Amino acid sequence: MQGDAATIAALFAVDPAGLGGVALRAPAGAARDEWLTLLRTLLPADSPMRRVPLNTGDTALLGGLDLGATLQAGRPVALHGLLAQADGGVLVLAMAERMTVGAAARFGSVLDSGQVLLQRDGLDRVLPARVGLVALDEGADADEQLPASLAERLAFHLRMDGPAEDEESPAWSAQEVQAARQRVGQVQMAPASVQALCAAAMALGIDSLRASLFAARAARAAAALAGCNTVEEEHIAVAARLVLAPRATRLPPAPPEPLDEGPPEEETAPEPPTQNASELPDPPLEAPPEAPDDPKTEDSDEADSLAPDPQELAERVLEAAQAAIPAGLLASLKIGALQRAKSPTSGSAGAEQKNALRGRPVGARKGEPRAGQRINVLETLRAAAPWQRLRRSALPPAAASVRTPRIVVRKEDFHVTRFRQLGQTTTVFVVDASGSSALNRLAEAKGAVELLLADCYVRRDSVAVLAFRGKTAETLLPPTRSLARAKRSLAGLPGGGGTPLAHAIDGAAALAGQIRRKGETPIVVLLTDGKANIARDGSPGRGPAASDALAAAAQLRAMGVSALLVDTSPQPQSSAEHLAAAMGAQYLALPYGGAQSLNQAVRAVAGRN
Amino acid sequence: MALTFPFSAIVGQDDMKLAIVLTAIDPTIGGVLVFGDRGTGKSTAVRALAALLPKMRAVKGCRYGCDPDAARCPDCLAATSGKARASELVGVPVVDLPLGATEDRVVGALDLERALSQGVKAFEPGLLARANRGYLYIDEVNLLEDHLVDLLIDVAASGENVVEREGLSVRHPARFVLIGSGNPEEGELRPQLLDRFGLSVEVKTPSTLEERVEVVKRRDAFEQDPQAFTEQWKKEDDKVRKGIVAGRKRLGDVHIPDSARSFAAQLCMSLGTDGLRGDLTLVRATRALAAWQGDKSVTQVHLQRVAPSALRHRLRRNPLDDAGSSTRVERALAELASAPQK
Repeated sequence: MQGDAATIAALFAVDPAGLGGVALRAPAGAARDEWLTLLRTLLPADSPMRRVPLNTGDTALLGGLDLGATLQAGRPVALHGLLAQADGGVLVLAMAERMTVGAAARFGSVLDSGQVLLQRDGLDRVLPARVGLVALDEGADADEQLPASLAERLAFHLRMDGPAEDEESPAWSAQEVQAARQRVGQVQMAPASVQALCAAAMALGIDSLRASLFAARAARAAAALAGCNTVEEEHIAVAARLVLAPRATRLPPAPPEPLDEGPPEEETAPEPPTQNASELPDPPLEAPPEAPDDPKTEDSDEADSLAPDPQELAERVLEAAQAAIPAGLLASLKIGALQRAKSPTSGSAGAEQKNALRGRPVGARKGEPRAGQRINVLETLRAAAPWQRLRRSALPPAAASVRTPRIVVRKEDFHVTRFRQLGQTTTVFVVDASGSSALNRLAEAKGAVELLLADCYVRRDSVAVLAFRGKTAETLLPPTRSLARAKRSLAGLPGGGGTPLAHAIDGAAALAGQIRRKGETPIVVLLTDGKANIARDGSPGRGPAASDALAAAAQLRAMGVSALLVDTSPQPQSSAEHLAAAMGAQYLALPYGGAQSLNQAVRAVAGRN
Repeated sequence: MALTFPFSAIVGQDDMKLAIVLTAIDPTIGGVLVFGDRGTGKSTAVRALAALLPKMRAVKGCRYGCDPDAARCPDCLAATSGKARASELVGVPVVDLPLGATEDRVVGALDLERALSQGVKAFEPGLLARANRGYLYIDEVNLLEDHLVDLLIDVAASGENVVEREGLSVRHPARFVLIGSGNPEEGELRPQLLDRFGLSVEVKTPSTLEERVEVVKRRDAFEQDPQAFTEQWKKEDDKVRKGIVAGRKRLGDVHIPDSARSFAAQLCMSLGTDGLRGDLTLVRATRALAAWQGDKSVTQVHLQRVAPSALRHRLRRNPLDDAGSSTRVERALAELASAPQK
């Protein structure tokens, strides 16, 4: 057990609700289980510690109507959700890296207010829910992260990579934690300590004030744990190390030595507070309190995706192109996708079937729950309610003498929940940023993508952006709904280099597969001039590059992903058209300045579908 | 009820506080949309509102909080037979619409309890009814389910909630100030919903160390001893409350010269805002600002202060313009101000 991990467990156990929780990024395994066991032993024996599976529904999470009890009692009986049940304890969120932002927002509001506002199924309650969360994050790569809004509300970001180390560490006993829980309310904190923590947070480039607040609370907990009644410097140091350091987005300006275990990235890649971090002479305290010369203008999460090279900054070309892409284009693609999905390919058939029983509930309809459809208890009861008196009086007397059911529900009362059939669509933009494209049309292609983005925004779809140049393709933007982020990632896209078209299509296929596994429908929009010159193995040469690209395209087609290829070369090329055919994509030439003809072309394409 | 962090103890965030105060002075301005960084006290400010607002007079026991002088809810209409109903002072409702809420609780539905136990078909009002004459607050408004957004868009515009479900047919007043907060990184709002917000403010994390320290200090003090902290800030809160009451009184007397109206219209035209709502909101917000500051007449200074809030979310989204909406409003303001007045 690493020293910091044990410390975090103890601090968290002292003040679970106040500290929000722990984001525990670790593979499933002994180290993680050991830590959870430790936490369990440190928490009071009677405090609940519940596990929450991924995709827990609102009823289970927040509460709702208790069907069994309601039917038995003949009046509505509320079922408290996990959040309310865990009041005063800890919830362990499994696979939190796959949590939706919606679920994260539900947890977030409970963490903020310490209570559950239950406004569901005719129930109107406010339930106490002072909980701390342990978010288990098994993300394999940098793309898989906790939702930022949740990570923000958890004081500790703990990372356990390697195997558990057997090292003597200051361990605390449950009694000590219990004593600290009593004491933590009385711990005094000097204004200078607050000042120091805030200065440290600023020097590390931590924007959110929650980090400073958590650090202050962690310092209190540390003091309480050590049996002190005032927060001392060492407690602040612990708080800064455990709460602030993992959130750092930049190195403090001075002194230069600290935090030398590599540049701590922003919150999307929290640097683990490891052993050498614990040896730090509390750098934040010594950091100059004033802000560095330039105010932080960019959000932290864009910093890594762009990683702008000074020279490349000059390459940023965001000349808005007037390439008008009609608003309906993506919608027509969607139709194409639906049509294609009907073809009996194994993968997509499964996805469609699943969609019918999941997704966003859109009310209820009359009908019996069969073939996996979910009964809507509330609507069923509502339908039965007005008839109760009549039905009871109509019951045969013999049956009534045996046992009168509290509620007589008949077959015609049954309602099932309807879900929205159409899954969410995620459009993957694959942008050619190679030299040949950059010269000709990169700026315009960006403009075109932005117009398409605006179109996606109107339909509340997600977008992802993949760019390719030089020898590789990289995901500039994982699927998101934020137009602002998409725009920024495009704006920072430099141009130049070769055209690794095969890589790009492979990347798009991989991303499309990921999206499909999430139950969403991918659409690939490829903007390129079709002049591939880098083969899959990274070697230059038009011939092998083109054949590799065609092979990759065939694979994409086999996946049944609907696609659009926008030809960005000044004169439409047959190579791009061949590629489109191989991908099974709609082909669209984007002739220079010919917005009008483009318009007509798209109408023609849309009409054909 | 748990104590909320006092409104006046919020450090900085003047735009947000001003917008909230203005809608308290003149609820017809519409709602407030607060978008911005995480951890900037968005929700704190809204939740502080309930404690801040002066009490209002309402029909006693009315589930819709009807104004005794204009009771229009089904209960009051059924009960009134000439004689006036007793009234009482109640706090202005600030109703939270949580993300997991179901439609039946938002709009109201058949009262299941009474239906099951007594076989009576009765209407159980929802959150929209409770928010009548007050505030409806949606945290993370950009994550609200689409079908709830549809409901809100309709009700927020008409001020009336029409329920047609389970054999019930009810319509009741639902006039509320919509307050939404969120983080634009997590998704954006539909233009129709955006339009329902009168003012929009962008909040940023305080950038100076002093401010940040002050925020943490106050928050820490509040969490250690909420009661004492609230007591300590009571005077300041009272001051704001009195200002709101005075502002409401003065509101009707504020003169709006034609020059100000035409300035507002020109500004909207040069920005190309959709519809006239922007124009109208701008004038109303300006008048409320003048009333708040105790000025008799609306001046260009007032206009310039509120124009960004009133207009920035109404600009037609231009994916090709990188300048933020606020910048565009300010640019247009500067151009107009320098141009000779006609």
